[in-house]
Amino acid sequence: MVDHLLTAALAWFNVWKPYIFTAVTTLIILLGLVIVAAWMIWLERRLLGLWQDRYGPNRVGPLGLGQVIADMIKIFFKEDWLPPFVDKPTFVLAPAIAMSMMLLGFAVIPLSATLGVADLNIGLLFFLAIAGLSVYAVMLGGWSSNSKYSLLGGVRSTAQTISYEVFMGIALMGVVMQTGSFSLRDIVNAQQGSSFGFIPHWNMFSQVLGLIVWVPAALAVTHRTPFDLPEAESELVQGYHTEYSGMKFGMFMVSEYVGIVMVSALTTTLFFGGWLGPFVDRLPWLGFFWFAGKTFLFMASYILVRASLPRPRYDQIMAAGWKFCLPVALLNMVVTGALVLWKAGV
Amino acid sequence: MSADGLASKSDKGAQHEVVRELYARFGESPFTFQPTVDKLPTLWVDQSRLGDVLRYLRNTIARPYKMLYDLTAVDERLRKNRQGLPPADFTVVYQLLSIERNSDLRLKVALTGDYPSLPSIVGIYANANWYEREVWDLFGITFNGHPNLQRIMLPRTWQGHPLRKEYPARATEFDPYALTVAKQDMEQEALRFNPEEWGMKRGTSEEDFMFLNLGPNHPSAHGAFRIVLQLDGEEIVDCVPDIGYHHRGAEKMGERQSWHTFIPYTDRIDYLGGVMNNLPYVLAVEKLAGIEVPDRVKTIRVMMAEFFRICSHLLYYGTYCQDVGAMSPVFFMFVDRKKAYDVIEAITGFRMHPAWYRIGGVAHDLPQGWDRLVREFVEYLPKRLDEYQKAALENSILKMRSRDVAAYNTEQALDWGVTGAGLRATGLGYDLRKARPYSGYENFDFEVPVAHHGDVYDRCLVRVEEMRQSVRIIKQCLENMPAGPYKADHPLTCPPPKERTLQDIETLITHFLGVSWGPVIPAGESCQMIEATKGINSYYLTSDGSTMSYRTRIRTPSFAHLQQIPSVIRGAMVPDLIAYIASIDFVMADVDR
Repeated sequence: MVDHLLTAALAWFNVWKPYIFTAVTTLIILLGLVIVAAWMIWLERRLLGLWQDRYGPNRVGPLGLGQVIADMIKIFFKEDWLPPFVDKPTFVLAPAIAMSMMLLGFAVIPLSATLGVADLNIGLLFFLAIAGLSVYAVMLGGWSSNSKYSLLGGVRSTAQTISYEVFMGIALMGVVMQTGSFSLRDIVNAQQGSSFGFIPHWNMFSQVLGLIVWVPAALAVTHRTPFDLPEAESELVQGYHTEYSGMKFGMFMVSEYVGIVMVSALTTTLFFGGWLGPFVDRLPWLGFFWFAGKTFLFMASYILVRASLPRPRYDQIMAAGWKFCLPVALLNMVVTGALVLWKAGV
Repeated sequence: MSADGLASKSDKGAQHEVVRELYARFGESPFTFQPTVDKLPTLWVDQSRLGDVLRYLRNTIARPYKMLYDLTAVDERLRKNRQGLPPADFTVVYQLLSIERNSDLRLKVALTGDYPSLPSIVGIYANANWYEREVWDLFGITFNGHPNLQRIMLPRTWQGHPLRKEYPARATEFDPYALTVAKQDMEQEALRFNPEEWGMKRGTSEEDFMFLNLGPNHPSAHGAFRIVLQLDGEEIVDCVPDIGYHHRGAEKMGERQSWHTFIPYTDRIDYLGGVMNNLPYVLAVEKLAGIEVPDRVKTIRVMMAEFFRICSHLLYYGTYCQDVGAMSPVFFMFVDRKKAYDVIEAITGFRMHPAWYRIGGVAHDLPQGWDRLVREFVEYLPKRLDEYQKAALENSILKMRSRDVAAYNTEQALDWGVTGAGLRATGLGYDLRKARPYSGYENFDFEVPVAHHGDVYDRCLVRVEEMRQSVRIIKQCLENMPAGPYKADHPLTCPPPKERTLQDIETLITHFLGVSWGPVIPAGESCQMIEATKGINSYYLTSDGSTMSYRTRIRTPSFAHLQQIPSVIRGAMVPDLIAYIASIDFVMADVDR
């Protein structure tokens, strides 16, 4: 009887094993992502402190690492406050959209040759769709708050989105054409090999123009300086999340950092060979560390950008988007297309 | 005793060119000349001729008086020493400034009655608007024809006019304050913005405007400053600055503090200016008292004033960068400011508000080793300024945000009473330290930085260059500090000289009175203008021969600069307004007093 049950359970487990395995890895990766994002708040505060001749958080735990935990505990125990004048369902929905979209976007990114949440054959398209949807968080947050600063933040966000989304998509098409696939895993695999033994075949070389346009677009996706117009604290107080507090504010906050991790990871994947690097062919586990290392570098550069750049006016951003980035992206697409056709011998 | 020599009735002021010109144009009958210790031509003019005289001075006369520098009033009802002056219950005082002549003219209008009125001059000098509102608010004098004669310093619900002599000056003279719910609601309601009152439309046939209440609590409002914006999208159609949230009645306090004990209050007028605020006050009092200070005092005062100019400009520099969105520079500049304050603290004993100048001198001599501290700082700062040049000022985004934003030309600047870096950024190098040297500035070698676009960026450039010039001045102080006493040898200095008190009874009595009552300053009027951190700051003191000032008028640059905002920013965007506000360099204590 027991034997019978055990066999049945085992059979059931065998059938569902891949699903359970996937569910567990997914959970680990996404939880890991949130934790990394949360600790990035610490990293940012420490690095900014370093660059600004001050300390940053250094009291809680070694090097102040416990600051994030303390902040999390505080924010969890704060009153879940709904201002009386807001549009309640939308107001609650907005931070949830912000958080979930950023997590979903990360799902298509391969962490190493074997690790990853999902291998979609339309991975990049999926990311673009998610990036588009995540604007709703800002827009709805700004609109439902029923406050003038928030509204202006929401309006700015919308205006900014329509100017960067166009050239962001087009800038990435060069990579897609070169690879012939939307799958991010394929894109990484296509960057294998090197010239003269030391110049890797990363897209950053063949897609210089694409990269140039992608960098500002990537900053814009995360609403970080110098594209932090929707929340520009010196102008709009806190912009679209002026009225938010407690955990709902915390979700906006963490989603911003998840966004940074996601976009850094995507930059690594698209232009810097993802998990590829020396010795990966012999030691496959090294792939994840290459990936993480490169991603970390971009994350840190985000912080450096924030520390060093002022904020343009939003009409200036739109002008730069339409008058500079879009033509460059189009040029890149045309040239890449021509090269691809030429190589194929058409 | 009188410092002015009020009795000399025969003096018609013919030694002043402008007085002769006015006599030639209008005859002598509408005018009464008043000699004052500050040698500033002062004419009482008939109320009926005021408009004509002002129009003539502004538009017709050669080398005109383009700027209405100040407009204020005096409650004359309790004044004893006014021999030879026209009878008046209240006086409205107009001070005009001519850049071409590099001189001023003070016009006074005598008013009788408890709540008198006179014609508004907003049609002639546009910047009279706020000044007239202020006079109405604080004195109850009505200006006929003023477009919107509302209270400006005090809440609209306020009862009474505080600068009138019958109005109590101390909280202890009032009933205890209580805020009931009903009262709070009433106060809130009084703050509600009503566009129609300001001649604004709520919308056009196609769209509604948004009215955005920026402040009084806003990250970039630099204090409790409220500005109501009429917005079309993010474009500013019009705006109404609303001040008074920082009003503490400093001028009223001047009438209740002894001449000496008012000095710490001046520190807090432009709270970033520290001892720079003491300077016009003590210089004006010294004029009244007839004190000539030793060279060492002059040089120490110049050195400390320039230190505070640097401190104030550093803060300006940092917050300016922050307001256009760069987050790091402000931290670097605060580090430098801290170093400057370390030197200031070593010399004066305090950091931000030392209240260190005294009538007739400074509080104590320079400490031993002061020269090493000062030298370290003046050698340190220029290198840092070079770094900021690259890190902040030459940043292309910063330039993009501030070039050609909120620009005005010299003429507009003069119309609105703009002084200081805001004026020099338009290409007019008018710096009082050069134009009318005081406290020994004529002995220093420095330049007056000017820029020519008159935009946000240029105002910053001018201030950055001014810091270098201040370093130059401090270096000269360091190398040429005169020896000698740090206090004038005069019975009215504060605290009075004590050395001979135990030798003769006269000195003992003077000392006793000077310490217990404070000095009795001879009756008279005197005004001293200085180039303060934010523009021209002046104290116009009226003494009635008492231990306290009869009237203390504090003219601050920031007040004029804020009044100018709507005329400059119409048609620009919200971020431009923030950059503009950052570039003005004001503190609300300097606006509201």
